[in-house]
Amino acid sequence: MSAKQKKNIIIIGNGMVGYKFCEKIIAKSDDFNLIVFGEEPRRAYDRVHLSEYFNGKTAEDLSMSPANWYQENHITLHLADPILEINRQNKTVHSQKGILQPYDYLVLATGSSAFVPNIPGVEKEGVFVYRTIEDLELMKNYALKAKKGAVMGGGLLGLEAAKALLDLGIAETHVIEFAPRLMPRQIDSAGSKLLQNKLQELGLQIHLNKSTSEIVGNGKIEALAFNDDTQLELDMLVISAGIRPRDELAKLAGLEVGTRGGILVNEKLQTSDPNIFAIGECALYKDMIYGLVAPGYEMAEVVAANICQQEKYFYGFDMSTKLKLIGVDVASFGDAFVTEPEGRTIVFEDTHKGIYKRINITNDGKYLLGGILIGDADAYNILLQTVNNKIVLPPNPEDLILGSRGGETDGGAGVMSLPDDALICSCEAVTKGMICSAVSDGTASSIDDIKKCTKAGTGCGGCVPLVKDLITGTMQENGVYIKNVICEHFDYSRQELLDLIKINKIKDYDTALDHFGKGDGCEVCKPAIANILAGIWNDLILKQDTIQDSNDRFLANIQKGGTYSVVPRIPGGEITPEKLIVIGQVAKKYNLYTKITGGQRIDLFGAHLSDLPAIWEELIDAGFESGHAYGKSLRTVKSCVGSTWCRFGLQDSVSFAIEVEDRYKGLRSPHKLKGGVSGCIRECAEAQSKDFGIIATEKGYNLYVCGNGGSKPQHALLLAADIDKETCIKYLDRFLMFYVRTADPLTRTATWLNKMEGGITYLKNVIINDSLGIAEELEAAMHYHVDTYKCEWKAAIENPEMRKRFAHFVNAPEEKDPTVKFAPMREQIKAEAW
Amino acid sequence: MSEILELNHQIETTAVSENLFFACYTDDVPQNGGACVKYKDTQIAIFNFTRRGEWYATQNLCPHKQQMALSRGMIGSTGHDCEPKVACPFHKKTFSLKSGDCLSGDDYSIKIYPVLIEEGKVYIRID
Ligand code: SRM
Ligand SMILES: Cc1cc2nc3c(=O)[nH]c(=O)nc-3n(C[C@H](O)[C@H](O)[C@H](O)COP(=O)(O)OP(=O)(O)OC[C@H]3O[C@@H](n4cnc5c(N)ncnc54)[C@H](O)[C@@H]3O)c2cc1C
Ligand code: SF4
Ligand code: FES
Repeated sequence: MSAKQKKNIIIIGNGMVGYKFCEKIIAKSDDFNLIVFGEEPRRAYDRVHLSEYFNGKTAEDLSMSPANWYQENHITLHLADPILEINRQNKTVHSQKGILQPYDYLVLATGSSAFVPNIPGVEKEGVFVYRTIEDLELMKNYALKAKKGAVMGGGLLGLEAAKALLDLGIAETHVIEFAPRLMPRQIDSAGSKLLQNKLQELGLQIHLNKSTSEIVGNGKIEALAFNDDTQLELDMLVISAGIRPRDELAKLAGLEVGTRGGILVNEKLQTSDPNIFAIGECALYKDMIYGLVAPGYEMAEVVAANICQQEKYFYGFDMSTKLKLIGVDVASFGDAFVTEPEGRTIVFEDTHKGIYKRINITNDGKYLLGGILIGDADAYNILLQTVNNKIVLPPNPEDLILGSRGGETDGGAGVMSLPDDALICSCEAVTKGMICSAVSDGTASSIDDIKKCTKAGTGCGGCVPLVKDLITGTMQENGVYIKNVICEHFDYSRQELLDLIKINKIKDYDTALDHFGKGDGCEVCKPAIANILAGIWNDLILKQDTIQDSNDRFLANIQKGGTYSVVPRIPGGEITPEKLIVIGQVAKKYNLYTKITGGQRIDLFGAHLSDLPAIWEELIDAGFESGHAYGKSLRTVKSCVGSTWCRFGLQDSVSFAIEVEDRYKGLRSPHKLKGGVSGCIRECAEAQSKDFGIIATEKGYNLYVCGNGGSKPQHALLLAADIDKETCIKYLDRFLMFYVRTADPLTRTATWLNKMEGGITYLKNVIINDSLGIAEELEAAMHYHVDTYKCEWKAAIENPEMRKRFAHFVNAPEEKDPTVKFAPMREQIKAEAW
Repeated sequence: MSEILELNHQIETTAVSENLFFACYTDDVPQNGGACVKYKDTQIAIFNFTRRGEWYATQNLCPHKQQMALSRGMIGSTGHDCEPKVACPFHKKTFSLKSGDCLSGDDYSIKIYPVLIEEGKVYIRID
């Protein structure tokens, strides 16, 4: 077809959906001239992630396409030139800049604008809406001089705007909601209450049931007045009271619109004029405006298909959402509000952890109808799939939100049982079938490949975990052995590499890479191998400083702003007054912030890189040693005061804790290690939450292993009961070495055990009954460790070459990093926020 | 890499170039690692990629959270063509040492500087 015969499609509105339409139609056909008119001054950008503009993303970062995309695809783009009139008789549009353009098909993608209620004073300075980059720029400037801010509207967008105010540095931020709960369209009142608590903890002040009567102030906003005769003083206000579809142009052209706004469309998204379509937030389908991007994209697909003579219809869209509001997961899916007699509801609430989960099921308990998740929305994807695909529920539907508690997990099986047409990525309309066939035919084997070939996961990103499970599941089904390799440079698991390194007596990273790897290594395999080498040879890690992880490289934890922390070892938490004084003196001299840690010792924060050797020199002189707070190695062995002072104490828990801490200090392991020794079952040392825990009994000690605090706390399990000290140490030697030898990188003992086939029974067999016949070797390896232990900080300060590495500028070693900034905090200092 | 080598070549042939800045000695920078130098008010990270016999220099500032830290990052390579890269020690965002582009999917990029090595000295070309 020559250019002349090509039909013209004009797209009014260069927002997310207008852009997506262009992308879809050029993928289907090149028989059309595409002409886009946008009112905003810039190319379509990602409005969904608009708030990231405040976190340093630029307008260009948010752009949906590279600058030359339109040109490369022969699309004419007129920016900052809104269409003022549509002439349906002549089939032309008229733009503000005077362009008169004929069309064959017209696509209205004019989106919506923020709805501003008719309250006296809305025109005042300091009142904003939250929709475009320009809105954000105005807010940003104004916020510089504002101290108190509020958002009118506690819906999804309002809460997002409130987060933006916090990000802009407005410490006192209020949310004013007219309804009795937050996010009234997505969540119920129990969920709202929990969310409210969480948001309040984060510094937002929430006011429900408040209706505003006036915006008070002389020219600019000074306060809000409410119907209950109260007032709230303010410097700025963001109105987020809902959206208004932009149907003004359509109305003017005589197209049918809804009484409450929106351009009426049928299931082909045709307006009352069959050559004119409306998509995105301006379209009204069956009395519904779809204020989310995924349904807009689906509409774009349907119109593009119909113009290309394919049959496709829009039958409404699932409005399920999952988002992270100020760090709190909030999700609602399917029919979130069903109550009896239409269905039954199962609720799980944990106000302590801030988790609320609700699922609604059919009366016969067979199907899931919908639900709400707050605080922990990990199950969102699979629950949504269960609703959308009418999957029959398990006999105990509560397992869906509680997790199955029999110890068995279903792994990836849940995902693989979905039907092929299950929609996995709703932003890009990618089904399970499309993902699995890309994996099966060899096109894709990683999430990046899938993103490239199907676009799944490139929108909101919410489906990525599900896509990953599908990739693994499909590969397993196809009989592909999924090897647990550490990274692209080594085709081995950590355990395999450890064996190879040990058998071949390899002592440095480069030799390992030459023998068993390829390429030049990376930030994953370098520290993993560094850790393996340290675990086997117990050599000084600074001999190979550049393969160490950030913290190990300088034997200190890097912190906000680029300073480091200093944690001397205080075994068992016992310290003399003399040593306490030295810590105080050092902290004063180097201007360090001091804090008692959760591990019964003292952390000194805010040390300049170049001060570290001098600080450690003074500490070591006073008898301190490295506390390895930076390493994947033993941290602390917590103790309670035990029989020495405590009236219930059965054994001397402090002495034992010190002995154990001294034995295993410096041991490099796949992840950090923590221990605890309690003097009796009251468990004041919280030993059962540690990687290994010892609890004194009448007869001796109980030894527990594989506990964990952290984000998924887990109690340690009993390995052996009523054993004496020597046996306890023997089992610990074996246990720790077995872990060092066999766990994957960055796997704590709890996770390691969870993944171990046979679990604690198997572990007991290996450690106590020596079922693998390796006990002797494990013990020998531990003895080697104990014998070769050296304080690595002592070694570092004694070696001038190593010491030299602790300069910020190699060409000006005496100068400190001038960008390091502190702010006062109570009577000490803190790092400046980033 | 070829562009940088070319630039290096240019520097060599122009012999005296006022834009060349003597940064440090080669043994000031650890093998297969980086170090930071100060040029007026600018901090520049220099990387001694011993394994490949290559040198690179970039801005020291990580664009993610504006931390002066890239010189303390780990270097390595990625992909079939072994793109040399550095990982920021803070959150492990990685950047190409050749183009300065962020390789972890963000739209940041860092400035890169041509490096010239002569008689054990490291020179950096500042535009
Ligand atoms: C200082 C301290 C907080 C405090 O002020 O009390 C602390 C501070 C840090 N913790 Fe912790 N944790 C501290 C006690 C704990 C505890 C409590 C305990 O040990 O009794 C826990 C839960 C117990 C556990 O580990 O099972 C804890 C669980 C974590 C985790 C989660 C581990 C997990 O298995 O999920 C991390 C993240 C990690 O290691 O990957 C972490 C990581 C960190 C890091 C290292 C973050 C980092 O990489 O920069 C923090 C370093 C601060 C610094 O610059 O020095 N910290 N951290 C505590 C130091 C104890 C010590 O003396 O060594
Ligand atoms: C802060 C914020 C957060 C959001 N978060 C989410 C989220 O997490 N998940 C989600 O699914 N959705 C979210 N949304 C909603 C999502 O951004 C919208 O659904 C989506 O942008 C709608 O796309 P659209 O193209 O229909 O409208 P828009 O993106 O608004 O684009 C319409 C464009 O048309 C232009 N226009 C209007 N009239 C004319 C005219 N006469 N001539 C020329 N141009 C015209 C407008 O200026 C505008 O640029 C969020 C929205 C905001 C504001
Ligand atoms: S654990 Fe027992 S011995 Fe230790 S402090 Fe508590 S009560 Fe006393
Ligand atoms: S500061 Fe560099 S990755 Fe975050």
